[in-house]
Amino acid sequence: MPQPLDTVKGFAVTFRQLFKKPITQQYPEYKRPVYPRFRGRHRLHVHENGLEKCVGCSLCAAACPADCIRVVAAENTPENRVSAGERYARIYEINMSRCIFCGYCELACPFDAITLGNEFEISEYSRDDLIYTKDMLLAEPIKRVPVADPDLYDTPIPYYETHS
Amino acid sequence: MNNGEPWWISLIKAGIIVNLVMLAFAYTTWLERKLLGRMQLRYGPNRAGPFGLLQPIADLIKLIRKESFFPVAARDSLYIAAPVIAMFTALAAFAVIPFGAGWQIWHYHVNGEIANVSIGLILLFALGSVGVYGAIIGGWASESKYSLLGSMRTCAQLVSYEVSLALSVLGVVLMGQSLNLVEIVNKQGATIWFFIPQLAGMLVFFFAVIAETSRPPFDLPEADTELVAGYHTEYGGMRWGLFQTAEYVNMITLSALAVTLFFAGWHGPWAPLGPLWFVLKVFILVSIFIWIRASVPRLRYDQLMRFGWKVLLPVATINAVITALLVVWVH
Repeated sequence: MPQPLDTVKGFAVTFRQLFKKPITQQYPEYKRPVYPRFRGRHRLHVHENGLEKCVGCSLCAAACPADCIRVVAAENTPENRVSAGERYARIYEINMSRCIFCGYCELACPFDAITLGNEFEISEYSRDDLIYTKDMLLAEPIKRVPVADPDLYDTPIPYYETHS
Repeated sequence: MNNGEPWWISLIKAGIIVNLVMLAFAYTTWLERKLLGRMQLRYGPNRAGPFGLLQPIADLIKLIRKESFFPVAARDSLYIAAPVIAMFTALAAFAVIPFGAGWQIWHYHVNGEIANVSIGLILLFALGSVGVYGAIIGGWASESKYSLLGSMRTCAQLVSYEVSLALSVLGVVLMGQSLNLVEIVNKQGATIWFFIPQLAGMLVFFFAVIAETSRPPFDLPEADTELVAGYHTEYGGMRWGLFQTAEYVNMITLSALAVTLFFAGWHGPWAPLGPLWFVLKVFILVSIFIWIRASVPRLRYDQLMRFGWKVLLPVATINAVITALLVVWVH
């Protein structure tokens, strides 16, 4: 059944929209803050005394469903002490073009050595550039930034969080 | 018929008009994306140049630089000819549309149209019908089932609505007592704008134009959210661009025709601005087309056919008959 009146109402709606401000977030200029548990690119962490947290156990590589982590361990020696444990990761590589950012490596790690950070702009022109070596992953300790303004997030709070 | 205008003035005018129409086409795409964007609370193109004004040029460069592939099984000559046919007919149709009263430049008389043809209206519709061949041949020569089915769908729609389109202007022809567009415009300037006595004809014409240029809500030939592209499935690069250009130029031409037939062409309600009135009216009509695109969802195919044959055609016919009776009664 055709409803001409409702169609005319639709025209009024589209016309009114013309005078509203667009809600588009202009991406490269404005970067939306990420969620607290956002899973971006990985970071390797060090202890306060400068030793690496990673002990080269390869549990992250075992947990990885995309098989994108490569760990080659070596023994710590008194003159070359890298990590706090018995061994350290001589090679630690993550192939970012394979990674699915599931965060299982983070869960598997017994020493909280690897975490997923907030960075999401990791496009490259070459696939080779997407293999992150240990030095790149160690680069700087991440700073978790708590949500400043909850109103920025337009998704509703889940039912189970408000009713429990 | 040419009021003593030398042939080379027509040629220069043709060159200018073709380029102006192409420019208008380019910025119609910009206007469409911008208006659609704002109606959907987006910005539309805003990266290439100020307000995205260089976007059409960027699009053109991108399309031209793309590879001109074609399918292995395609009929070469026809495959290449189809977009050219569509483009040629779309541009040629503008030749008979009057945009001004004519001027005296130096000691030459310059007419306000490229060709003052005594059967201008019929010529325009004839060119429109030839333009359908672009879609038919393009779809068939691609040797692809998607293209073939798409071109069948397109033809069914275009041929159906051409009937209503031609019938809806019959009232105007009867009132203007001419098929010459210049005379129809002059008659409107001397008496009354024809959209007042021919309101039904104007509405039928408007709907038929939307269908004829396959714009939403009658964009079944493309139906970009539902189907593979239709008759130009196998086209890419600037050949696809030519089809797209033809569609937009058709929209501008038919808007200009609507202005000519129903809104008195270059005549304005006050101030004799000449071509500026014409351009302003065409701009408003094109904006209304875009507004419709933003507001109305696509019709189903059976709804499209029912609307064309059971609503538009009877209304157009009755309108023509009543106008004929009234014209005879008045004289």
